[in-house]
Amino acid sequence: MKAHALLQRCLHSRYFWPLLALALILLANLFISPAFFQVELRDGRLYGSLVDVLNRGTPVALLAIGMSLVIAIGGVDLSVGAVIAITGAVCANLITDTDMSLLMIMTLGLLAGLAAGLVNGGLVSYLGIQPIVATLVLMVAGRGIAQLINDGQIITFTHDGFAFLGVGSLLGLPAPVVITVIVLLLVHGLVRFTALGLFIEAVGCNAQASHYAGVPVKGVKLAVYGISGLCAAVAGMIITADIQGADANNAGLWLELDAILAVVIGGAALAGGRFSLVLSVIGVLIIQALSTTILVSGIAPQYNLLIKSLVVIAVLLLQSAVFKRQVSLLWRREAA
Amino acid sequence: MNESAPQPASSVLALVEVSKQFAGVQALDNVSFDLAPGEIHALLGENGAGKSTLIKVMTGAYVPNAGHILSDGKPLSLHSPADAQAAGISTVYQEVNLLPNLSVAHNLYLGREPRRFGCIDWRTLHDRARVLLQRFHLDIDVTQPLSVYSLAIQQLVAIARGIDQSARVLVLDEPTASLDRDEVTLLFSLLRELKAQGMAIVFITHFLDQVYEISDRITVLRNGSRVGTFVKTQLPRHDLVGHMLGRELAVLEAEARDKPSATTGEPLLVASNVTSSNGLHGISFAVAKGQVLGLSGLLGAGRTEVCETLFGLASVTGGNVAIAGQAVMIHSPRQAVGHALALCPEDRKHDGIVGELSIRENLMLARQARQGWLKPVSRHEQQRLAQTMIADLQIACPNAEKAVGELSGGNQQKVVLGRWLITQPNVLILDEPTRGIDIGAHAEIIRLIRRLCAQGMTVIVASSEIEELLALCDQVVVMREKRVQAHLQGEQISEQHIMTAMASGAGT
Repeated sequence: MKAHALLQRCLHSRYFWPLLALALILLANLFISPAFFQVELRDGRLYGSLVDVLNRGTPVALLAIGMSLVIAIGGVDLSVGAVIAITGAVCANLITDTDMSLLMIMTLGLLAGLAAGLVNGGLVSYLGIQPIVATLVLMVAGRGIAQLINDGQIITFTHDGFAFLGVGSLLGLPAPVVITVIVLLLVHGLVRFTALGLFIEAVGCNAQASHYAGVPVKGVKLAVYGISGLCAAVAGMIITADIQGADANNAGLWLELDAILAVVIGGAALAGGRFSLVLSVIGVLIIQALSTTILVSGIAPQYNLLIKSLVVIAVLLLQSAVFKRQVSLLWRREAA
Repeated sequence: MNESAPQPASSVLALVEVSKQFAGVQALDNVSFDLAPGEIHALLGENGAGKSTLIKVMTGAYVPNAGHILSDGKPLSLHSPADAQAAGISTVYQEVNLLPNLSVAHNLYLGREPRRFGCIDWRTLHDRARVLLQRFHLDIDVTQPLSVYSLAIQQLVAIARGIDQSARVLVLDEPTASLDRDEVTLLFSLLRELKAQGMAIVFITHFLDQVYEISDRITVLRNGSRVGTFVKTQLPRHDLVGHMLGRELAVLEAEARDKPSATTGEPLLVASNVTSSNGLHGISFAVAKGQVLGLSGLLGAGRTEVCETLFGLASVTGGNVAIAGQAVMIHSPRQAVGHALALCPEDRKHDGIVGELSIRENLMLARQARQGWLKPVSRHEQQRLAQTMIADLQIACPNAEKAVGELSGGNQQKVVLGRWLITQPNVLILDEPTRGIDIGAHAEIIRLIRRLCAQGMTVIVASSEIEELLALCDQVVVMREKRVQAHLQGEQISEQHIMTAMASGAGT
């Protein structure tokens, strides 16, 4: 009886289905290529497909952290891919044209992302523009801004300190993974150890009622878009450091869509409301594990996108209360 | 016992010994209900008595765990609202379930628009809509979006839509909650017409006057069980309330009549000649600490506007508002909260509760907003405050983590009230605090308001129920056309005086 209750609790947990999906995808590799699970320590750093999944997932994971909050207030941030390009352009140019310290370069990179986020937030909360439109503006204009900063070129650089952000390793793990975990912890602390998380969820569920209760609705929205911009800036620096160059056209291209997808896979409603940063990151891992699996499995690359979308639909259906109810109804009718 | 036994054989619709459980809660326990053609059958009970569940079984939204449904004596199986509509059962829910952005006419014929060459035939659509609404004596432009019109008109449109679907059974879930007297009269004459045509009508309301005015039989539910089905003429009002509450009405009424002693003293909140962006003109009143000021008037007279203006939801464009002798400018609810004001809004679902969040989170929202996001109230303190409020206000819930959206209307209202009580306001503004609330919770809320006043809180109540104002207020401002029509105090406060002021057109 106790085991049954425990099972019920697991089944009703928000974490159950996303974690199950991730486990199943990883399990599939046991049959496809057992080498997937090999992790070895070389020069004080871990190598292997699993580490790869984590490492490659970091830019989208960073975006998904910010995106979780934006979606929680019922918004969406399409501009994060472009913010990656802007941050990359800012950092690359500072490295090549000035001899600023690493700390200064990183600070200015973050400020560029924050500024972009605040522009989005301002358009949404103070001018009342629909989030999808407001952030679409910067999604398009942002790449233009990055091109202007780069003067139409792809800027490459050599800077060991900055490159460390993308290719270095800390505590045996790739630096991007460590950075992402730190950002996750910081944002988690910011929303859960202050009242910001409560305000975000309240605004997302019912902005009008929150306003009536005295919640600074506009300020909350502004802050959330700002955080999203900051997360995108961190992702931008990792990507730029990884390739040691800034490509205004292709850096972070379409990553905003993966980030939105990850948040949705994590079980968040696009209409706003409850959010979980951890679930969004699990969503990223599902997408990334899937991509890596398809790559490793040797399926013709033409099928990749198709298989990916089918699995994504399956994961979403597994979490849908309506779908589960219908299936269980069918089940019962069959049994009867 | 003057109870009439159900007669499923001759009834147009009958539920026989229906039970429904939800996750351990017995929402309906062996309830039978029957409906004869050409009768208006009132369904009464407190919140949580099982009225909504019963209706949802009747309209196919819920499938019962036990029992069965008969239509004209033949078994009827309902698995979806569409099944019920096909069986001629039409429902108008308490909350208006229409699409505010579409035109009135389109809303009336949504999903069954007349077509011509494959396209919607707008002219026929509009003509049909006009004819339909003429039966309601509702002379509005059917091509306008529904959202242009008041909640009352939207409600009538929803009813019109329900009636037009060639229904044999019409289920009305609190159709009159947002209607004023004239509109109710209009609705009732229409219901009588439909009844004469043989339609069976289920009528749910909290207004006992209306029950006695319109219904033929009355079924009372309590805690998911049927107390009884009675012929109206054989059921004294006193007994009806007794059946609903399971306790004697006498006590309740005596309490409601026992007015608090009006404390006099320095006025705490003073409005002088206030003009506002939402249309108010020359509003003046003063209310002292521990007093209750009532705002009366017909629908649209400006009751809600006064509440909104005081709370910073509309701006003061002339005159001024002073609190404790200090002139204040309040431009947002945030500033109002800072001045220790509190508002329980009229539209609880839209402006009050945050449905997906828990009782605890809803209760903490205003306090936390006042304290700022950087100073979170500790989890322990949150739990303590939530428990205190749940106990104080008798919020019926399994625990404080339950989502507020899943509570009954009365309990939702208590949560909104509790949210403000936690901030310990000086002035509590209540806009229709008992709208859509059953009689038991109604009495509890009135008792609570009185207790708060005794503790020195100033309360402003806007209400369409005169009885409520009589039971509570030290002074009553009667509004008409966004102006003060009359200002009644002490002995002047009577149903007679309030009604006269509401109706009269002569100056102040």
